[in-house]
Amino acid sequence: MPATSDDPDKARRFREAALPYLDDVYTLARYLLRDASDAEDAVQECYLRALKHFDSYRGPAMKPWLFAILRNVCNAEYARRAARPSAIEDTPGAADQTPIWQESEASPEAEVLRSRDAGAIRKLIDALAEPFKETFVLREINNLSYREIAEAVGAPVGTVMSRLARARAMLRAAWTAEEEHSR
Amino acid sequence: MTCDEARIMLHALLDGELDAGHAREVEAHIADCADCAAEFAAQRQMQRVLADTNLRYAAPASLRNKIEASLPKAQTPPSRRSVLRGFAMGSAVSALAATGIVALVLRQDDQQRILSEVVSAHLRSLQAGHLIDVLSTDQHTVKPWFNGKLDVAPPVIDLTAQGFTLVGGRLDYIDARAIGAVVYKRRQHVINLFVAQTSSTEHRPPKTQTMQGFNCRRWGERGLNFWAVSDIGGDELAEFVDKFETAMKANAEG
Repeated sequence: MPATSDDPDKARRFREAALPYLDDVYTLARYLLRDASDAEDAVQECYLRALKHFDSYRGPAMKPWLFAILRNVCNAEYARRAARPSAIEDTPGAADQTPIWQESEASPEAEVLRSRDAGAIRKLIDALAEPFKETFVLREINNLSYREIAEAVGAPVGTVMSRLARARAMLRAAWTAEEEHSR
Repeated sequence: MTCDEARIMLHALLDGELDAGHAREVEAHIADCADCAAEFAAQRQMQRVLADTNLRYAAPASLRNKIEASLPKAQTPPSRRSVLRGFAMGSAVSALAATGIVALVLRQDDQQRILSEVVSAHLRSLQAGHLIDVLSTDQHTVKPWFNGKLDVAPPVIDLTAQGFTLVGGRLDYIDARAIGAVVYKRRQHVINLFVAQTSSTEHRPPKTQTMQGFNCRRWGERGLNFWAVSDIGGDELAEFVDKFETAMKANAEG
């Protein structure tokens, strides 16, 4: 005897299924948009869309599904920014986030990277170019498997692998370059 | 394997994404190629530093509130009342339980309700601090912990060697009864294995259902009902259940 109407029940199921991933979704939004308030708007929009489509949602896993929705929201935001180029210029620190390094051949012996504080590392990641950054964040920070990343970004696993390799090579090069610089 | 291939594959090796055959190929290349070995070592080191750094962001409370506020309000919160009503319906079940035989006579909609309870229990367990009552990767610590807390302690099997790490155990409540939950991890994904006693000793082959994006694989064996729940893919969960059943069979025979 289902006494309760459908909607509150749906809201409850949605809350239980989707809200535990709020920090994950917000983290990805912060890296993709590099702006706290844009990230907040995007995540809110993402959850609205997810709720709207929750009825038709049949899996696979919740996290990649939410990420796929978030990516669509962010793409709209990129388009909006591109239409108003000044918006990008206004982003604090945009100028010094432009990649300044060359993707140099790794030197033969493994340099030892010094531990850096989280803020410095976040900046290095922020500066990675897309689509390498999102692949890197999904794997290293959101802990998705290759298959789940492929699902979230709608690309084959082989593409995910090569993007990830490229992203890590770029990150290491930037990291090393910065250490040389600060030496 | 060429260096170009290795430069991509070594990441999959680092991430534990390669099967044994490919892993061996990459390792063989690294053993022979100083450049790729150096790259592998450097990437492994970077991964460790990254893993030791908190690179996540926490969603602001205001955002959480805004999203909560945008959800349709529940007039009657999914309260104990409605839950209890559900159990009152299953009084036949309770009557049997009172005789000392814990029986789960499942009708189709009961199964659906229990599945939804199992998924809810899984979700609850993912909230901080709710996952594990006894934290141990040692099956000889986890199993005795259940003794005295449940009529029948669930089988606790270490599957670390098979790629599923035992992380601990927990008491949970499904269908108004205390049951054991054994917790495993696959990479960062949690697998809850719920185990409940049943009067039926027949073997029920595993079956996967999906609810709210979680895969739940359910089977029955030797008077126990099992539900394995996780957000890992259906095939990985099936692999987990296979490994678990094989190990359980080996234990019973050995």
